[in-house]
Amino acid sequence: MEDLLKKYEEKLPSAIIDEIRENMPKKISEAKAREILERIESEYENMKAEPGESVGIVSAESIGEPGTQMTLNTFHFAGVAEMNITTGLPRIIEILDGRKQITTPMMEIYLKKPYSQGKDIKKIAMYIKETKLSDIASEITLNIAESRIEVSINEEKAKELGITEAKLIQALKISNKTLSVDIKKGTYIFKAKSKDENANQIYKSKDKIKESYIRGIRGIKQILPVKKEGEFMIITAGSNLKKILSLPFVDETRTTTNDIFEIEDALGIEASRQALINEVYKVIDTQGLNVDIRHLMLVADTMCFNGKLKGITRYGVVKEKASVLARASFETPIKHLISASITGELDPLNSVVENVMLNQPVPVGTGLPKLVTVKDAGKK
Amino acid sequence: MNKKIDIKKHIFVPKHQKLSEKEKEDLLRKYNITTSELPKILKSDPMALSAAAKTGDVIKIIRNSPTSGKSVFYRVVVNG
Repeated sequence: MEDLLKKYEEKLPSAIIDEIRENMPKKISEAKAREILERIESEYENMKAEPGESVGIVSAESIGEPGTQMTLNTFHFAGVAEMNITTGLPRIIEILDGRKQITTPMMEIYLKKPYSQGKDIKKIAMYIKETKLSDIASEITLNIAESRIEVSINEEKAKELGITEAKLIQALKISNKTLSVDIKKGTYIFKAKSKDENANQIYKSKDKIKESYIRGIRGIKQILPVKKEGEFMIITAGSNLKKILSLPFVDETRTTTNDIFEIEDALGIEASRQALINEVYKVIDTQGLNVDIRHLMLVADTMCFNGKLKGITRYGVVKEKASVLARASFETPIKHLISASITGELDPLNSVVENVMLNQPVPVGTGLPKLVTVKDAGKK
Repeated sequence: MNKKIDIKKHIFVPKHQKLSEKEKEDLLRKYNITTSELPKILKSDPMALSAAAKTGDVIKIIRNSPTSGKSVFYRVVVNG
């Protein structure tokens, strides 16, 4: 039996082989097993997409049709405590457009044992969260007479976060290089280093002081420890995959973010392809719609073809098309036609759109094969 | 508080394998293509770096696919 299956390993995908192995009756004659396998193989060959099949258009229709149903509940927020997550059509558009700045970056941080059992979970959460000066300041006042800014600290909060005076002043000095920092009776005084700065500039730096980075992972705005399937994990608003993965207590095999560009940066193009499929599928799935995952794979493969994530926009995958007419038929036609005529671009008319425009047979389906004749075949 | 991370172990990262010169030629002959027709992977890609790939190398990627179990994909390393 196993020998027989081995022969088919080249011909059939491994998922089908596994299924056969599971469902084949234990006691079966070899001739019968052989017949079954032959039938499966011919069935598999029948189900394959034929050469010339316009899979892209089929995918577009298959994703587009459920998309029209999604528009009804456009901004659907799936709330977990105080966190809002963009889902639905806006999220899909955001992913497929390949936007660098997504509206709600989010991370799911899994922890290693024993931290996943709840050890020090609060401490870890505090450590990860980005702390700014405004988080621990009780009052920020502007003293124009002496052209300085005075900040008083909420001692209780600082103590809770484990921030000492020395640590704080060091962090403040690093994040405010143009200002001098002093402590006087518990208030922190910011002054301009150069003498000629006027009150207006001091006023401007007030906002900057508020945002002074003190501690934590940059970009992590909110944290929410939750218990999921018997283990503790942390959901965050804001994302910084590279930094989080390098933390010692984080499980680097499962921790993810919903920012596919960050995944591309940290884990490579193949990982971001996988993340892209997962993200789109998650949205479609939660909306209760049914799209075959193969369509999403095709889209993801197209977006990752060049080694870098490209959105389906005129700046992304459409820009890569070889044909001028194909590019012009998507968006901003005049721009494309003018620049093509200035540079004297040639269009070999190899693809579909340009041949539709010129009323010629398109190289799709039965239009794909061409008749080849040998020139002197009939001669003697 | 930093550690060296092994990105190969991440659930999203499929197996990457650098092809030898001979395997590369066999592949190109099998599909009757040149390397420029293959999908690309940047030389600076974290996985290309960990495979120590040079420009022009072909990387075989064995993906876990929900539909076919395992699926094989090839990418050629390009500058960038």
